Amino acid sequence: MKSLFYLWTAVALALLGYGFYQGMYVAPTEATMGPVQRIFYWHVPLNIVGEITPYVNMIASIAFLALRRKNIAAALKADAIALASAEVTVLFVGLGLLSGILWGKPAWGIWWTFDARTTTFLLLWLLYVSYLLVRRYSSGMQAYTIAAVLSIFAGVDVPIVFMSIRWWRTQHPSPVLTGEGSMAPAMWVAMGWNAAAWLMWAVALMWARYAILRREQKRNQAEALRAMEA
Amino acid sequence: MKYVRTVWLHLSKDLRLEWRSRDAIIAMLSFTLLIAVVFALAFDPTGQPTTARAVSGGLLWMGLLFAATTALNGSWDRERRNQVLDAQRMTPAAPSALFLGKAIANFLFVAAVEVILGPVFFLFFNLHVLGDAKWLAAILPLGTWALVVNGTFLAVLSLRTRNRAMMLPMVLFPVAIPALLAMVQATTAVLTGEFEPQLWIRVLFGYDVIFTTISILLFEAVLNAE
Repeated sequence: MKSLFYLWTAVALALLGYGFYQGMYVAPTEATMGPVQRIFYWHVPLNIVGEITPYVNMIASIAFLALRRKNIAAALKADAIALASAEVTVLFVGLGLLSGILWGKPAWGIWWTFDARTTTFLLLWLLYVSYLLVRRYSSGMQAYTIAAVLSIFAGVDVPIVFMSIRWWRTQHPSPVLTGEGSMAPAMWVAMGWNAAAWLMWAVALMWARYAILRREQKRNQAEALRAMEA
Repeated sequence: MKYVRTVWLHLSKDLRLEWRSRDAIIAMLSFTLLIAVVFALAFDPTGQPTTARAVSGGLLWMGLLFAATTALNGSWDRERRNQVLDAQRMTPAAPSALFLGKAIANFLFVAAVEVILGPVFFLFFNLHVLGDAKWLAAILPLGTWALVVNGTFLAVLSLRTRNRAMMLPMVLFPVAIPALLAMVQATTAVLTGEFEPQLWIRVLFGYDVIFTTISILLFEAVLNAE
């Protein structure tokens, strides 16, 4: 298992390097925006990953709530997955927002605007920051349960935010992958490599955090057991 | 029927406690009044009536949100004294009845504050409604319920954390943002008369239904978390 992790991480790092090369040197310079458009090769993959990990978090949280009475060992595993994916969400969505801000100034002339996608991602980030804070300021099974409940609240909240801001105002370019925008084939290649690289890197991070969290759980359980026996 | 009776028992208990102490309402009233005064001084509504009309909807809801946050933490404190909450957990009564009773009680407290301070807001900000005022009768209760239902739920959640005075706004504000946007937009629509509030009332209604449902479903898990 451990050697598989190192292999996975090595491949992810190599892909990140190759993706950087593709995005910086191989992909053609965009006609209207110029070199600044290259941020897109990091911005979009980061946000794609940041959209997947909250689902992992929510599914693991629901699994925790369902299992916590019947199978505590499985529930603890689910909670470790939930926390690991929440941390990766905060990291990736945070970087995605930052890269968007850096791109916004030259492309839109403003650093930030409250449009549907930017607001939804900002809120996703804030919700998961408060998720991590709740976990930080509570302990034991209590922390796991209230964090799981909060994760469900966040999962319900994000689509509502997206829809309501969309009715309010929208400035973000329409989705380039599924919408009407089109990209040169070489841009697709750079995009694809970077998306694969960041996805693998996110899995590597979650994997490492999961292993650490499981050890912490086991240590805490052993300590509790020792305290009871003493 | 038994469920409704349990809700009523919890509600009447909270109302009686509040009637005897009047802690929550007095705290919220003075807090919202102060916010209205501070905002009115900061934005000079008499000099700029158009700006005042455009921002006062937002300011009113901000004030109520802050005031409700201070009161909501206190509403669960009553249940902590003498381990009442542990007793509640042991009763065979439905846990969500406790939640609903308290949420309705908190709703009535915040609504009472609105009834008293709404006119004060109009007075300080020199407002006169340019849109259709009858919509306010839908916006105010729906918006208040949106704040209170989530606030009551997340307050019992933050009850279980250290540093809970800070925790409630940390979790409530992000979750409440779509509702806040909807109520501010709807109120601004009515005050300025520039656009129609119906879409935002629908958003608010949908938000209320969704979050009331999941709060009732998940309350048992939070109450028995350990």
